[in-house]
Amino acid sequence: MDKNKSKRNNFIFILESFIEKFKIPIIVICAAVLLGIPFMGFSQYLMRIIIMIGIYSMLALGLNLLTGYTGQVSLGHAGFYAIGAYTSALLSLKLGFSFFPAAIGGVLAASICGLLLGLPTLRLKGTYLSIVTLGFGEIVKMVLTNWDKVTNGTLGLKNIPRPVIFGIKLTLANNGLYYMMLALVAIVTVVCVLIIRSKIGRALISIKEDEFAATMMGIKTTKYKILAFVISAAITGLAGAFYSTVIGFIEPNSFTFDVSTLIISVVILGGMGTIRGMFLGALILIAFPEAFRFLMDYRFVVYGLVLVFMMRFRPQGILGWKSQMPYKLPKAVRQQLEKLKTEGVKAQ
Amino acid sequence: MAYLKVNSITKQFGGLIAVDKVSFEVEKHEIVSIIGPNGAGKTTVFNMLTGVYTIDQGEIIFDGRPIHNMAPQSIVDLGISRTFQNIRLFPNMRVIENVLVGTHLRTKYGLADALFRTPRYRKEETEKTLRAIEILKSIGLGHRIDDYAQNLPYGEQRKVEIARAIATDAKIILLDEPAAGMNPQESEELLSFIRELRGKGYTIILIEHDMNVVMNISDRIYVIDHGKKIAEGLPKEIACNQQVIEAYLGGVKKDAKG
Repeated sequence: MDKNKSKRNNFIFILESFIEKFKIPIIVICAAVLLGIPFMGFSQYLMRIIIMIGIYSMLALGLNLLTGYTGQVSLGHAGFYAIGAYTSALLSLKLGFSFFPAAIGGVLAASICGLLLGLPTLRLKGTYLSIVTLGFGEIVKMVLTNWDKVTNGTLGLKNIPRPVIFGIKLTLANNGLYYMMLALVAIVTVVCVLIIRSKIGRALISIKEDEFAATMMGIKTTKYKILAFVISAAITGLAGAFYSTVIGFIEPNSFTFDVSTLIISVVILGGMGTIRGMFLGALILIAFPEAFRFLMDYRFVVYGLVLVFMMRFRPQGILGWKSQMPYKLPKAVRQQLEKLKTEGVKAQ
Repeated sequence: MAYLKVNSITKQFGGLIAVDKVSFEVEKHEIVSIIGPNGAGKTTVFNMLTGVYTIDQGEIIFDGRPIHNMAPQSIVDLGISRTFQNIRLFPNMRVIENVLVGTHLRTKYGLADALFRTPRYRKEETEKTLRAIEILKSIGLGHRIDDYAQNLPYGEQRKVEIARAIATDAKIILLDEPAAGMNPQESEELLSFIRELRGKGYTIILIEHDMNVVMNISDRIYVIDHGKKIAEGLPKEIACNQQVIEAYLGGVKKDAKG
């Protein structure tokens, strides 16, 4: 058993060393493929699915910050998604905002709700927190359904304008939306990486690992939990704003509990507490129902089975391994250590 | 006035008096041990010192200011840090990350610095990482920096906990049974390491069962039994104190004698 385990770790080590060695070519190839996708002659239907994969990557990255890194399980992220989408759509429909200011409005509204939800729920742990977030998601949906005057109730909001950059309207047909999705996913990914690789990221992870020990090391756990809630909600709100403009039509039923579970499934399937896993998770879970349409109603049975097998045989998620590479020291530290080493050699 | 002065602190859990009017003093650069049988209330005293529990009566004065009933984070900030009886590392973080969490309190950059990788971020991150490496090297874990905490043997995990406590820039370090689960050689190393710490200007309060460690290292010893302080003094005095022997080995019943 032990031998087997070390073998597997060894495999990861080889894989990671390979990626590290050919980092630049791999990045170039990935970027080329991603930028080239629109020229591969996919139908608009396929392009829309690819954009949805991007949106779910963002949603998963947002939830991952809260659930994967900080250990606070939220089952109500569809609520933040809806708030981002509705705020942005309403700002552009009723007040004539263009997409970017409207999206910023959506992000702000979602983060404020994240703060408001974060504050009272800090005393709750584990399951209790999840139940409250679940309730939050439902409340948001109810408000959207019943606040007819503003949200147009169950009829939803139609004709949400597309983003315009330098006078060019971004659409599915001219692939503007696709490239915008790429840009947004890139920004969100970079933000997540920057946060995780800092004292803030370490504080968040330490809260997940052992909240009591984190407190005793002087980490203001309340502050960081709220921060995680707010950033997570902001990212989710951004995804919502983008979703509303891509689809052009939103209604309360676009943001049901199923959406929350889908986001959390992406996080778990990909590998909680990793960035890389989110993309694969989104790719699999969004593409799956489309790719297996021939199974008709049975596809959800298969879908469920996949998740069950996954939990049994790889609970950490498909890409949920712990890096076997040495810890990445800041550059200045490496230089300093290098210097000390050479000095030591000279002294001998 | 003593560096740390604990003045008749009391902690009650419902009807149970876990700690009953315990007083002690610790001077700068001292190594003071608190010993006592299992369940005597030693860890409760630590929990009161570090703000985990509020105290029902009494006061704790550290460096001239009362610290009782302050939040744990503020107490760490003032310079009292601790390790835990049952190791509480962050198991899925690397050894160096564990120690870096200890430096969190002294790292002042904020979210904006992290997002824009400002010079301030780079400077502080470099400083703290070097400091963490230095601490780990001084405790003999220089080769373990990249490992995940959960993969370390027990003795080394204890050392990482001490390293993490030092990283908070603590002035007083509370060690809760640091030698538990260590073999004689390891606890011998630990002894010399604790002495080194004192040499570097730290003040140490120790809870320990290993009498070899306690008797060799302590400047003074306090003995607690059933929540009450029953003796205090130099190691030699404690070793032959009748009450202490009774607390540990069980006294002779009075009626049995007659």
